[in-house]
Amino acid sequence: MADEMMEPGGGGVTKKFLYVNRKAPYGTIYALESLEVVLIGAAFEQDVSMIFADDGIYQLKKGQDTTASDMKNFSPTYRALEMYDVEKLYVEKESMDARGLTPDDLVVPVEVKTAAELGDLMENQDVILSF
Amino acid sequence: MLLHTINKSPLVNNALSTCLRMAKDGSGILFIEDGVYGALTGTEITAVVEKAMKTKKVYALEPDVKARGVQDRVIKGVQLVDYSGFVDLTTEYDKVESWL
Amino acid sequence: MTLEVAGKSFETDEEGYLANRDDWNKDVAEAMAKLDDCELSDNHWEVINFLREYYDEYQIAPAVRVLTKAIGKKLGADKGNSKYLYELFPYGPAKQACKYAGLPKPTGCV
Repeated sequence: MADEMMEPGGGGVTKKFLYVNRKAPYGTIYALESLEVVLIGAAFEQDVSMIFADDGIYQLKKGQDTTASDMKNFSPTYRALEMYDVEKLYVEKESMDARGLTPDDLVVPVEVKTAAELGDLMENQDVILSF
Repeated sequence: MLLHTINKSPLVNNALSTCLRMAKDGSGILFIEDGVYGALTGTEITAVVEKAMKTKKVYALEPDVKARGVQDRVIKGVQLVDYSGFVDLTTEYDKVESWL
Repeated sequence: MTLEVAGKSFETDEEGYLANRDDWNKDVAEAMAKLDDCELSDNHWEVINFLREYYDEYQIAPAVRVLTKAIGKKLGADKGNSKYLYELFPYGPAKQACKYAGLPKPTGCV
């Protein structure tokens, strides 16, 4: 997988990369690590999609304020993804419903897809990275 | 088709249930590490796994099963694989999704 | 490492990036530039200020490709190109300008 990521864009083969995010933002390092890998990977100009499911949806929750907890609030960075040409952001409908969330609650525009639709999307990728 | 690996006990982690929501019929589910507790009879998720086995192929990594002393409880029909069998599976399926 | 500016010392990492973003002021930027034999012009400041605003908005220092595109959008095509930005910041527009702006090194830069 590492080799595939090291092919810089421009002349190289474009592969479909899917990042699956299932962890809440601050309790573990997964969410931040995923975001950093996506931003770094964007330099290689691949075809990137991101899925947010389970507590991973909370990464995108509006109104995060970490000033009193001495951690970095990285939720504004998701709004920069568009400038990195990462525009395919999907949230799982079942996970949204289970948390009482709608796209209006999130910091970026997303497309809501059912688990079955996301399953199709997964089958259609070259590389899947889970966080 | 995808091979999905599950490495946390489904009794405490919801990766398996999310995986099963998304996984297509015909895909593979491989239990490794603490994930092997998901391949056992008599647990609260046994029925879920047995249902999944009707449409998906389910495997468990035998060294991890044995290490935990649960080899006598593996659901009938779950295929046990060794390390080289694990490698074979990753080539039989198109891609691997490692659920965390 | 530390950077001495007007009798005060500021903590930096081994590459000279400020350890604490709150330590930044214009004198710090000018002292950093001086170490690189670089005199900051209005054109330099335009990019530095842009980066500081970008960081405030997105909590990230942009990759050079993103910076170039965003500068072009805000300041015009004659400035949103590699040639212009590399002339201003020969060590790499994102890397060098981010340092003077008191930001961390852009994510993905090695």
